[in-house]
Amino acid sequence: MGGETVFNAIWLLTILPELLLLILALIVLGVDLALPAERKRSLGVWTAAGLVIVLLVSLLAPVPEEAAFGGLVRADPLGRVFRAMFLLGGVLVALMSMDFRPLRQDGPYYGMLLFSLLGMCLMAVAENLVMLYVAMELTSISAYVLVGYLREDTFSAEAGLKYMLFGAFTSAVMLYGLSLLFGLTGGTGYMEVAAALREAPFSLAMVGFLMVLVGFGFKVAMVPMHFWTPDVYQGAPTPVTAFISVASKAAGFAVMLRAFRFIFPSLGGEWVALMVAISAVTMTLGNIFAVWQKNIKRMLAYSSVAQAGYILIGVAAASRLGIAAAAFYLIIYTVTNIAAFATVVLVSNLTGSEDIESFAGLSRRSKFLAWGLMLALFSLGGVPPFAGFIGKLILFAGAVQSGLIALVVIGVLNVIVSLYYYLNVAKVVFERRSEEEEEPVPIPVPSRWVLGFTMAAIVILGVLAAPVFNWVWRASGAWF
Amino acid sequence: MVPLQWYLVLSAALFCVGLYAVLARRNAISILMGIELMLNAVNINLLAFWRYTQPEAAVGQAFAAFVYAVAAAEVAVGLALIVSIYRNRETVDVDEINLLKW
Repeated sequence: MGGETVFNAIWLLTILPELLLLILALIVLGVDLALPAERKRSLGVWTAAGLVIVLLVSLLAPVPEEAAFGGLVRADPLGRVFRAMFLLGGVLVALMSMDFRPLRQDGPYYGMLLFSLLGMCLMAVAENLVMLYVAMELTSISAYVLVGYLREDTFSAEAGLKYMLFGAFTSAVMLYGLSLLFGLTGGTGYMEVAAALREAPFSLAMVGFLMVLVGFGFKVAMVPMHFWTPDVYQGAPTPVTAFISVASKAAGFAVMLRAFRFIFPSLGGEWVALMVAISAVTMTLGNIFAVWQKNIKRMLAYSSVAQAGYILIGVAAASRLGIAAAAFYLIIYTVTNIAAFATVVLVSNLTGSEDIESFAGLSRRSKFLAWGLMLALFSLGGVPPFAGFIGKLILFAGAVQSGLIALVVIGVLNVIVSLYYYLNVAKVVFERRSEEEEEPVPIPVPSRWVLGFTMAAIVILGVLAAPVFNWVWRASGAWF
Repeated sequence: MVPLQWYLVLSAALFCVGLYAVLARRNAISILMGIELMLNAVNINLLAFWRYTQPEAAVGQAFAAFVYAVAAAEVAVGLALIVSIYRNRETVDVDEINLLKW
């Protein structure tokens, strides 16, 4: 940050989606005050419609390529891909929240959702340590509130407390690492830091790197920073769980990929070896623990740890293909996991339970829901021809290209293990009978849209992946 | 003038005290206080580095100011969550807050 920096109005274009998100959040909070209580459910539509507009603007509006605000943010193509991913997740979660009974009439809830999204969008484009920290904290603090939102519900309050303590702790460690990087290099812009790190002593640079990794690891739920995942996923209101599992994780990967690419290239092979090990352990532990779970949200929590392990394969590959594959997989993972959680919302609304057993006979209660869950689980498990299969294939291809054959072997073994528990749920849904199976599950319109969209996306991304992958691939070009 | 190393040692010691509180204390408010100590250690680091390595640029000070502001927001949310759990459970002991486990 040069001292002579003067304000330039074109910079506002770089953060246009963020500005619009802020305005949208204020509008939603205002509308919340104006609407009578019985019509507040429409706040979800306001939020989702606004987010669709922000999404279109973020994709279509012209954006200056160079860094804005004296190097605080740079909206490069890959950053914009990530931003679009979060916004898409936000649209789906807002619609999904309309059918989650305890939340659907709550204006501040949608406001916090938008503030958290605002933080994520800034995370995707941050190119300065201070900006990175502030954006991550904006995301996290809003997410703490969202997780603990149901004050009367002991599970939600407990999940919120655990999430907050763990998050604040890891962010303090990360911040200490950032302060060391600042001290080592005298700068906070990624490029300045990277340039000065080449001359810095290796051990000190590594200490800074490891401490920063703790903060990123919390966001993406990688081992050994994954302990919060099952408790928070189970206790949080289900739409919030979906939000944290997709958007928050994707935001963590967005900052991780950018930081590894631009701050730490001088650490060379050392961090690659570390990430390979973490990736292997993360997917293995996630899958093993998922096998034993009785609660579907806990199962999906461990499954999301395992998925983070797969995405870390792309991070460890550290090539253009690896980075593009990770980003592409995150798009697939966003639609897939939201489909899974949307069915959980509807079923648990009716049965009042989140146990896997309560899904018994679902195929007779609602074909649509049963197939929605099925597609999501097949995609997570990497069954061809669904999206998750092609996503994993490209991730593995990236790893092979970078010579990480052992990691690919571990990955494939893990995919096979994961099929066991994904198909176990499928068995409960399609084969197990239950006494209430005659009673149909009502599917409100917003959930129908969410499920329809995500199911279509799972199939289309699986069969016709090329256009979307090419889009991500072109975007990743700016980094190499 | 006091050498830079002394500040860094103080900061590292403070960070470790905070870390110990986070790991060893069972009271949620004590854990939060430990996190605050860690953040203060960061601020000492930032200001010492700023003063000794580049006093002409304001970035170190700006960073520390952001840390203050964010830490205050974090504590506000943290205490609110602790109050909400206390109303439900009449305890702030993290060992007793254990409904969620496998």
